[in-house]
Amino acid sequence: MPPYDPAVTWPRVSFEDRMDAVEFRVGTRAHITVDGDSCRGCTTKSCVTACPANLFVPTSDGGILFNYEQCFECGTCYMVCNTKGAIEWTYPDGGHGVVFHRS
Amino acid sequence: MPEVAPDFDVPDLDGPDFDVIVVGAGPAGSSAALVLARAGRRVCLLERGPFPGSKNMYGGVVYGRILDTLIPNWWEEAPVQRWVTRRGTVIMTETQALTVDYRTTAWGEAPYNGCTTFRPDFDSWLADKAVEAGAVLVTSTTATALLRDASGRICGVSTDRPEGDLTARVVIACDGVNSFLAKEAGLYPHAVPENFTLGAKEVLALPREEIEKRFGLRGHEGADFEIVGCTRGIPGGGFVYTNLDSIAVGVVLSVTELAKAKVRPEELIAGLKAHPMVAPWIEGADLKEYSAHLIPEGGFDMMPELVTDGMVVAGDAAAMCLAAGIWLEGVNFAIGSGTSAAEATVDALLADDTSAAGLAGYRDRLEESFVMADHRKLRRAPELLMSHRMQSVYPTLMCNLAEGMFTVTNPVPKKGALALGWTEARRAKVRLRDLARDGWTTIRTFG
Repeated sequence: MPPYDPAVTWPRVSFEDRMDAVEFRVGTRAHITVDGDSCRGCTTKSCVTACPANLFVPTSDGGILFNYEQCFECGTCYMVCNTKGAIEWTYPDGGHGVVFHRS
Repeated sequence: MPEVAPDFDVPDLDGPDFDVIVVGAGPAGSSAALVLARAGRRVCLLERGPFPGSKNMYGGVVYGRILDTLIPNWWEEAPVQRWVTRRGTVIMTETQALTVDYRTTAWGEAPYNGCTTFRPDFDSWLADKAVEAGAVLVTSTTATALLRDASGRICGVSTDRPEGDLTARVVIACDGVNSFLAKEAGLYPHAVPENFTLGAKEVLALPREEIEKRFGLRGHEGADFEIVGCTRGIPGGGFVYTNLDSIAVGVVLSVTELAKAKVRPEELIAGLKAHPMVAPWIEGADLKEYSAHLIPEGGFDMMPELVTDGMVVAGDAAAMCLAAGIWLEGVNFAIGSGTSAAEATVDALLADDTSAAGLAGYRDRLEESFVMADHRKLRRAPELLMSHRMQSVYPTLMCNLAEGMFTVTNPVPKKGALALGWTEARRAKVRLRDLARDGWTTIRTFG
């Protein structure tokens, strides 16, 4: 275990606050869609932990709930997805999506 | 930050709308557009973000030598955060750190070696150079597909604007690590996840003087630390670097191994931030931005085909990023490849042959430059550096070795370096055969 307690040396930010530090110009079209039926058969669900924006939420019936609004457009989800066609991935419409300022 | 008005006029001429469409106003695309515009070509620079750089992030340093000929005295005007004068390579375990900590005053004076910057600022600045030279920058516009003429040759792109098709004699795809244009053109069948890493980064605000005190810096001096052994065995690494009034802390992770490990990226950043070497640097700093981006880390062997009829590929879209451990570079390779792409395109346009054969000079130019020379030389580096031994076994061994060397064991006499080395190698369960092989690969790669 690291000898420094993270909670003491720097403030823990909630995931919500973490994402609130990022500007998103949310478009009306979902640029990524997830086919819940494909996900129900998936045993790994790698997207759930790998997505840096934590946008993939497992549901009680074994599917995936997905929210496109706070997406970094990085591409990790479709790279780790092992079910062909489960994730339909495009860029957001021009001018929309994540806008970095200090990256 | 000024956002360029997306309205633009397409010249009403017979033939294509532009000589060249450059897709993506990152460092590759803007360099290409700059070279083409200076050569008097009609060039459109397409950017899907509201301003250049708005979609881009990186892991720390822009190395500027490649800019010297493109923009003389660039350092007098580029939007720099700090000039890196302190460069550390760190080997880490959860409780230990062994650092090669190099500093020089030479890197703090013109022409400098490398700088930290905010990519939205830097990329916007470089795109402005292309615009000043005559390129037409069109922001907030996503290229959605390639256009092909009757013979199947690429002749432009569709965009998400109404009636948004744009035609050109050549398309230069600088559309980044996911390059859907290179994939659509069939140039990138081997864009497999094993060749990509995920970078995730926090930017943490602190007063400028506090950063200078904690890192031992003055004025515009900056520090950059690249770290191995901080990712809980997931192949990758970490970094800490200084901006003017913020510190960036991030990790780089094999996409496939991250998925297998079932760990969240921000937890790995949290682990790095809690490390005894890093925690005192960032104590009390507030999160200002969190970002993530893919990196094409596979090097030479993962590059797509670079040229096809009517199109060339440059920058991250062509996997030009160099991830070779002690050398971690990308923006300079993007600028180098974008420049070469544009020069070859100028030649092809002059010769009136924009087929794959006519554009083949791009590959030749890259081969003559550092871009391919470095990538070819370091082609074994990614596999070597991402191996379990390099990521976990050797960092532990080296930290323990250092601890053994520097721990005073009186009244027990000193062991001597060789004996310590044997003990630690045995403890780390390193086979001599593997050590010899890795040593040889390291010499062949970096020698």
